[in-house]
Parts: sequence; C-alpha cells; structure tokens
Amino acid sequence: MTDTVSSAAPIKTRSWRDRIDLPVVTAFGCIVLILIVGSIYSPSFLSPEYLLQQLKVGAFLGIIATGMMLVILLGQIDLSVPWTITMGAMMASAATAYGVAGEWAAIPFGVFCGLLIGLINGVAVAYLRIPSMIITLAVNAVAQGLMVAYSGGFSPRDSASAAMKFVGAQSTLGVPHAVIVWIVVGGLAIFLLTRTTFGRAVYGIGNRESAAYLSGVPTQRVVVAAFALCGALAAFGGVLLAGYAGKAAQSMGDAYLLPAIAAVVLGGTSILGGRGNYLGTVAGAILITLLQSILSVMQIAEFGRQIIYGVIIVGMLLLYGRDKGMR
Amino acid sequence: MNEWRFWFNGQRGTLLALAIFVLMFALYLANHPAIVNNGFTVQGVGNVVQTAANKGILLALIAMAQTFVVLTAGIDLSVGMIFVLCNVVASYVVVTNLGAAWGFDLGPVAGPAIGVVLVLLVGLACGAINGAIVIFGRLQPIVATIATSAVFFGLALWMRPQPGSTPEFAKALGKAMLTKFGGIVPASMVFLLVIVLLLWIPYRRSVLGRATYAVGSSESAAYMSGMPVRRAKFLAYVWSGFFSGLGGLYLTFVTSSGQADQAAAGTYTLNSIAAVVLGGVSLFGGRGSAIGAIFGALAFLTIKDLMFVLNVDPLWQPLLQGVILLIAVSIGSARLFQVRNRLELFG
Amino acid sequence: MPIDQPLFRMEGISKRYGGVRALEKAELTVERGKVHAILGENGAGKSTLIKVMAGVVAPDEGRMLLDGAEVTFASPSAANAAGIVCVFQELSLIPELSVADNIVVSNPPRRLGMIDRRAQRRLAEEALARAGGGDIHPATPIRDLPLSRRQMVEIAKALARRPRVLILDEATSALASSDVEAVFGVIRRLREEGVALLYISHRMHEIAELADTCTVFRNGRNVATYEAGTRTDAEVVELMIGREYHNVFPPRPALAADARPPVLETRNLAWPPRLNGVSLSVRAGEVVGLGGLDGQGQRELLLALFGVLRGTSGQVLIDGRPVAINSPRQAKADGIGMALIPEDRKTEGLMLPMSVRDNLSFAALSRFSRGGVIDRPAERRAIDEMIRLLAIKTDGIGVPAGSLSGGNQQKLVIAKWLMRRPRIILLNDPTRGIDVGTKQELYQLLRTLADEGAAIILYSTDYDELIGCCDKVLVMYDGAVRRTLTGSEITERALVGSALNIDGGEADAARPAVA
Repeated sequence: MTDTVSSAAPIKTRSWRDRIDLPVVTAFGCIVLILIVGSIYSPSFLSPEYLLQQLKVGAFLGIIATGMMLVILLGQIDLSVPWTITMGAMMASAATAYGVAGEWAAIPFGVFCGLLIGLINGVAVAYLRIPSMIITLAVNAVAQGLMVAYSGGFSPRDSASAAMKFVGAQSTLGVPHAVIVWIVVGGLAIFLLTRTTFGRAVYGIGNRESAAYLSGVPTQRVVVAAFALCGALAAFGGVLLAGYAGKAAQSMGDAYLLPAIAAVVLGGTSILGGRGNYLGTVAGAILITLLQSILSVMQIAEFGRQIIYGVIIVGMLLLYGRDKGMR
Repeated sequence: MNEWRFWFNGQRGTLLALAIFVLMFALYLANHPAIVNNGFTVQGVGNVVQTAANKGILLALIAMAQTFVVLTAGIDLSVGMIFVLCNVVASYVVVTNLGAAWGFDLGPVAGPAIGVVLVLLVGLACGAINGAIVIFGRLQPIVATIATSAVFFGLALWMRPQPGSTPEFAKALGKAMLTKFGGIVPASMVFLLVIVLLLWIPYRRSVLGRATYAVGSSESAAYMSGMPVRRAKFLAYVWSGFFSGLGGLYLTFVTSSGQADQAAAGTYTLNSIAAVVLGGVSLFGGRGSAIGAIFGALAFLTIKDLMFVLNVDPLWQPLLQGVILLIAVSIGSARLFQVRNRLELFG
Repeated sequence: MPIDQPLFRMEGISKRYGGVRALEKAELTVERGKVHAILGENGAGKSTLIKVMAGVVAPDEGRMLLDGAEVTFASPSAANAAGIVCVFQELSLIPELSVADNIVVSNPPRRLGMIDRRAQRRLAEEALARAGGGDIHPATPIRDLPLSRRQMVEIAKALARRPRVLILDEATSALASSDVEAVFGVIRRLREEGVALLYISHRMHEIAELADTCTVFRNGRNVATYEAGTRTDAEVVELMIGREYHNVFPPRPALAADARPPVLETRNLAWPPRLNGVSLSVRAGEVVGLGGLDGQGQRELLLALFGVLRGTSGQVLIDGRPVAINSPRQAKADGIGMALIPEDRKTEGLMLPMSVRDNLSFAALSRFSRGGVIDRPAERRAIDEMIRLLAIKTDGIGVPAGSLSGGNQQKLVIAKWLMRRPRIILLNDPTRGIDVGTKQELYQLLRTLADEGAAIILYSTDYDELIGCCDKVLVMYDGAVRRTLTGSEITERALVGSALNIDGGEADAARPAVA
C-alpha cells in the first residue's frame, strides 16, 4: 500500500481456477449423476441411442434457451417466447402450402416472423423503456391473438415442409440433424459472446447500462439486436419442433418458457444480467431434458414429476445461484 | 393547494386506473344486452354488476397478492399456482361435515369456518416457502417462484388429478359470498372493501408496510436506516400467498369445485402482472398501491367483457385484447420523450 | 461511574475482507462535547471504522465500550438505539418515500400500531429546522430533491434520532457553500449540547475550522492523535501518507499554447434552466478549469458537450467546424475524439462486477476489432501498456473492477478513455473521495496529457486543485460563465469571490480562508 513498486510486477493472467465456472461444473456434474442413477434403474440409459435421442429433444430447448440467455444477460426477460415459437412453427408450415417456392421459403419465413416479434420487443424495451417483463407479456398476447385469428383457434392442417422435417426429425449416421444445428448455433453463440464487440456490449449493458452508454456503446441498438435474435431463435426452435412433430400445434410453445428460463439460470447465468457462460446454458438444457425424461421413464406420476422438478431446481440454485449477502 | 399536489402526485397511478375502469365499465353497461333491451333498471344493472364483480374479485385478489411482492421490487410468478392449489384444497375442506371421516363432525357452521382457515393457512404456508427461499436462500424471485409453482402444481395435481367437487361442499357459504345486497351491491365487492379497510390500509400505514415500500425503492438505504428489511420482504411473500389463497377460496365459491388447472394458473399469474401495471404499481418497486392494482384488475377484465358485448368476433378478441394491453403499457412510456438528460433513462 | 470516563471507546478492533486487512488493532476514544476529526487516505480504514461503530459491519476482534460498558451492535438499528448515529457518505435516503417519512424512518411515531402521520410531520419539521433545511417541504418525495438538499435531509434524519455520538462521513462533499455553513452551525450547537462528533473529511480547511481532536489513520491503524492546531498541514499529510510530502502540483508551462487554434469551442451553449449560454474555447495543451459553487451548471456543461443532454441550443465547434453531438458514441468518434470521466465512477464509469480487462477496453474496442470481432492479443497488449502507464494496482486483469481501491478504480476509468487517445478530455470532479497519493499522480498525468497536446476541461469542487492544475478557470454561476481567470489571476480569493457572484472583498467573510 505504501509504495508503488508492486505495479511494476508482471500483470497476472487468469489462472485455470478462474476460468472454471462453479455453476457449469455443478450442472455437468448433475447430468452425470442423473445418468448414473438412471443406469442403475436401466442400463439402456447409457446407450448411444438413448443419449442421442435426449440430445435431440434437448436441442430444441437449447436453441430456444440460447436466445433467452442473450436477453437475460442484458438483465431483461422475454416472456413472449411461447407464442413466438408457435408463430414460427405455424408460419413456416403455412408457407409450405405455397408450392415449391413456399417449401424453400418455409424455414426462413418462420424465423423472419420471430425476428419481427423480437424487434417489437427490443424497440419497446430499448427506446420506449417499457419493462421487458410487461412488454413481452403483451407482445405474447398479441402473437397469440394473431395466431388464434389466423388458425381459427384450431391446430392448422398445414404440415411441415420436407426441409423442416429433414432438420427437425431426421438423422445422418445416427446423429440427429437437430443436434448438429444446435452445435452450430451454440458455437456461433459462444463466438458472439466472447469474441465480438457485440458480446462485450451485452455483458456491459447487463452490468451497468449507464456506464455502457457513457462509454459510447450504442446500447439501444444492442438491446434491439439481442431481442431480435431471441425472437428469431425462438421461432427457429418452433420451426424445428414443427419439423419434428410433422406440423404446428396450438400452444405448442407454452411448455418451453419456464424450462428455457430454468436452463439458462441453472447454467449459472445471473437473472439480473451481466454474468453467465454459454456452456452453462448447454448444461442446463441437457439437465432439464434428462430430468424430464428420467422421471417419465421411471413412471413417476405427473404430480410427483412436477414436485421433484421444482425441488431440484430450487436445490441446485441454493447450491450456487445465491446472491451475495449484504453483511 | 400545495398539500393536495403532493397527495395527487402520490396517487396518480391509482386515480388513473380508477378513471380507466369507470370509463370502461360505463361503456360496458351501456352496451350490455340486458341494459340495452330493458333500460337502466336496478335489477338489470344489479345483475350485470354482480356478474362482473364475482369474476373481478378473483383477479383483484391475485393482483393484490402480486402488489405486495412487486412493491418490494420482486415478482411472484407462483400466485396463479397458489390460487389453484388453494382452490383444490378448498374443494376438500370447505365442507359442511369437516372431520366426519375422522369421527368428529364439526357441523355446517364450524366446519366451513375451520375449512376456510385451513385454506388460508395453506396460502400462507406457500407464501412463507417462497419468502424463505427468496430471503433466506437468497435466490432471485423470478426463478424461485417459477420453481415453487411447479411444486405447488404437483401438490394440486396429486389431490385433484381430475376436476371434481365434494357433495358436502358448503354451497350456502359460497352463495352468501356471491350474493348482492339491496339488489345492486355485490357481496364480493363489499368483501373486497372490508379486506382493503381491515388489511391493506393498516398495513400500508404500519412500520412494516413502510419498510415494504422502502425496500422496493432502495434496499441498501432501507438497511442503512435500520429498517426491518428482511422481515418486510418475507412478509410481502407471505401476504402474497395469503391473498392468492383468498383468491383460490373465492374461486371455489364461484365454481363449487376444484381443479388442478395449469392453464388457469398461468393466465392468472400473467394477468396479475398486467393488472398491477395498469394499476400504477411500478415493477421497479416502491411505488403504487394495492387499491390501484384492484382497479387495474377490474379494468383489465372489463376490457374483455366490453369486447364481448360489442360483438367482436371471438377469434379476434385475443388479438384485440393483446393490442389494448400493449397500448396501455406503452402509454406510460410517453414521458420518456420529455426526458432531457439521457442518463436519467437508466434510472 | 466516573464522570471523566470517555463516552465511547474502541479497543483492538480488527476487520479483514477476504485477505485484505481493513483494520488492524485500531483504537479510538470519543469524548462528549468534542469534534473529533478522522483523517487518512482512502483505504486507510476510516470507512470500515465507522461502519463498525455504526453496526453496518461486525468486527473480527476487539471490543467497544459505551459509558465504560462493553457493547456489540448486530445491526445499524442496534447502534442507533445506543445513540450512535451515522450520516453516511453514500446517501441512505429512500427515494420513493417523502422527506418526513425518511426523517423518522427508523422509529416513526405510532398510534394504535399505525404510523401517526401528524406527529411524524411535526417531528420532521422540527428536525429540518434544526438541521438548517427549514425550506424543504416535508411531503416532497426524496427523488424530487437535488443532491445537496438530500444531504440536508440526511442530516435532519440523524438529528431526529437524538444522537449521543454523531458520525459525519464526508457529509459536506455534496453541499453548496451556504449549506456547509449551516451544517457547521449545527455541528457547533451539538458540541455545546454535549454530543460527541466524529468528522471525516478530505477537506483540510474544514477540519482546521471545526475539530478539537484529530486522529490520523494509516493502513488500518491509528498512527497519531493530537489536539487540533498542534500540527501543520504538511505534517498531517506526511502522517497520512507516511512519506515526505512536497509540491503537490506539477509545474505549469509558460503559456505557449496561445498560438495554437482552439480544438473545442462553444457558442452560447444552453440547456435551460441549468445551462444559460456558455461560450468557451479550449486549445490543445491547455487545461481549462470549471469553478464556481457546486451545481451551477458545470456538470450539465460537460454532459451537453458529450452528447448526453437532449434539446441543447447553441453551437459546438471542433477544430473550428460546427458539429452536432447527440450521443457519447458520436462524441468519442474519431473526428471528434472526446472522452468524459464521469462524476460517479461506480455507476457511470465502470461496470464493477466485470473484469479489469473488460472495463479497460470497453470504450476502445473498435480499436482492436475488425468487423466486430475482437483481436485479443492486440487488446491484451494495449491493456498491459495502460496498466503500467498509470501504475494501476490490480491483482491481475481478470479480477472484478470492484475489487480495486477507490483511487485505482478512478485510474481505471481514466485509463479506459486514454486507450482511445482522446484529443479532448472532460473530467467531472475526478479526485472526489480519492487519497492524496493518487491525487498527485492524477495531477501529473493531466499535465503530461496536456503537454502531449490534449485539450482538457476539468471540473473540480476543490479550489486548490483548480489553482494548482489549470491554465485558465471559468467560474460558473447560474448556468453561465461569470468570470474567466487566467494564470496568476487564479487565486482562492478570486475564485471564491466570483463563485459567489460578488466582489472579491466580501468573499473572505463568506468563506474562511485556508489555514
């Protein structure tokens, strides 16, 4: 403290200990634990077929959670994900009905619709500064309204295009295409978050928006872009789900909102923004998928599954998701 | 004059919600078929008001529940599930022969009374669990209440996998709570008024009530000032559970049955957030009032009813409702265009 | 109980945060009817000491005696109940509550279990009057009050608790001079009433004016306690920093910059009502000071230049060409090259939980990136260079910025902007709450930057700083430049006189000269 000599010492890099993230390790540890418990119940839990099948199911959640993570890193939340998923699925399926061109345009069109929803969210949050929790809720209601009006309140009869089925449902050499897509999306997300100015800006805004603004970062554009990406990824998830199931269905997205948030948060991303690692989100998505699968394989009644699901999320978060105390 | 200005500034959100509600409801009444066909008769208006009130009180109670937590700058996404769970519990315990299965029949008066207490205790317990996890477990409220709502739903599902009711359900009590006095004053609104006068206002003016606002406004300042920060936050979640439980109880009065309805829980949770925002409660905490939230809830429901009487195509109603909600929440942001120092935008 | 027993005593108090020693066997004795000043650099343990006293943090070891009896405080309210009340440097007011609500916040008057609002109103008015803030309406929400008024409410709040020991931690740093006088009056009256006062301030002349006893802290220990007036300023500073203290300000070069054209000019820049037509010009190599009382539009001027304020009128010229700057992003762009060191480093300058690295390169990322992709080796080189240049003491570049000391955090904010090699540097009170050693480094740095050709505008609430650092000082009053002082005109007397918008002769009466 008394002298300035210490500043001449070499500046340390981050040690390996800093690089390893407790939540990510814990989440992957829990995945291993679940697999061990499952393999005691039935050895087929460790078979490549089962694992690949789980990864495939997890890929849909993982892609949706990727967008959610971007928004949560900003310290915001996107509650419009359920009907953005449904909209992506329905619009892509609807485009399929328009001949060859429609077949080709199906996936981009579905994603584009989600992008538009995300843009509305982003503009409202960044420029009108409406709390994201309320504006995305309202936009979700509007998206639902649009889809109900479009489909007449029933699940539409349009079916998914061949390309959607190819990506969502089929496999090559046993590897589901959905998993490959998730790996690509995840790789891009990691690159975006760690290597680009956009990623730094996202973390900066999540930590302290005023400081990011005064640093000359175009904070509003970054927020809009993050919400747009979230919408696009949710719709893309919906497109894949429609491909997987063969067609879109009413309220098919409702089952994905809470798991998407849970996957992000279980992976160690702070719900207050500014802190989080994409690998954690990967672990969170796999963990939740496995948990749901194992509970149903073990033939635990639905009520029991719900209770265990809730207790495990609370328990894991108590392990590492706690805020620092004030004293 | 000056004093009034301070009062008005403090109550602006509540007064705006009241104005919106009165306007909406007047439009609704004027267009309601029963009124259009038979004119403004006491009976006609009374019936319309009663129906609306008995629907409105459910969301009003849930919105009140949400207000307590939102005032502390938290959020309770489990209000809908506590509501559903308490509905299921009430469908078992609010009966005229409580205890008959164990050999001590409490009879048609004490039975339902004890049953009501039990339901409210369940609500309190759920709230206390949320509060304990958020305050003592130090988890973020969004995530914690998402997780606990899964647990609450599991419990409800365990008790009532199928919608159902008990033949001995205390229908008389339910009927009494839904009746109307003097042909026009609905009992549910009287009940709501009593709740506000006996619970909300004393709480608002108590030390803990003030601490609730203080915590939401600036937690560190409240702590530095020696306010009971943790107790106030914990109590907010407990109140939230209690009012959600009260809502669940009232739902049982309306339907005389219980149902582990996941969709209803989700809708009520989301609508409770919409209602508090319409009611002028700031999601950033520290500002607003449960009275505003009540008017927000009533206004929100009236929008729906209004579309019905105006013969809007049912297929387009969800869209219209969403657009109106979108406009309503955007109106508050108009002041931003008057902000001249951009740093103030980041509050 | 013997009469001459000290009111409050702390013995052998130690406190560690992680591996860092904040307090090491510290002692302090506080007596009735005395103003006891605590001096020390930032990080010397002053704030930890008062946090222990006020029950905000619990000490690791040591004991506290009140009236000779050992006490422990589990929370701030426990300390308050014992009569120890603190006016914190970081404001502890609750923005959404009214002034009256805040004043009685810890123990409001009650009737039938509910808060008695009429009694509360009366108490609040009383306390405000005692604190010299009688003009504040008790029903105003705190969020509607400016910073200096809030500080008065904060003091009224402390008084309403009937303190036996009152701690004032930098309580005057946010106040305008007239309010400072009012607060001094309150302090003197409390002293006569037998209250023990602990006074913590970086302003030496305030301490010279008020204190009866002084204790100097260094590295978590109390190194000296003496009767006020028995040491010279230089001796005190030496005690604080533990080394020879000489020549604070680097020498000013003879004004050779006159020949150069101005880099930044404004013509009638206005943002009513806070800014009412400011015209100025800054040349390369020039340090221009903004003087005047606090809150006369200096901050708004800097924010307006940096593109933060909406709806400004008038002209801003860079290199003689008019420009429109509508955001910090435009202000920092290459053609303009402006940087702003903001007022509050914790909320506006840094992202405290993020690493030193991420903070340092945050404003300059465009320099190390192509198509939005960051070149990490280049970034790393620039960061290392900057840390060496400014001698930032940090435990590696991966640690959170929040783990650095206040002075090093401020260096970080400056380094973050220097990475862009700005041509125009705006500084908003950069040495507020910074220790003496770092201050000196910053003065040296400012002069070096100016010598290298930067145009600098420095706003400071510390007159000594303006006198020592600036080639020219613009004294502001009511949103406009009242007087321009250059070279040898820059004196305490001239600064104070023009700040109060009166003639120099009367100024000495309004503000006592530095001892």
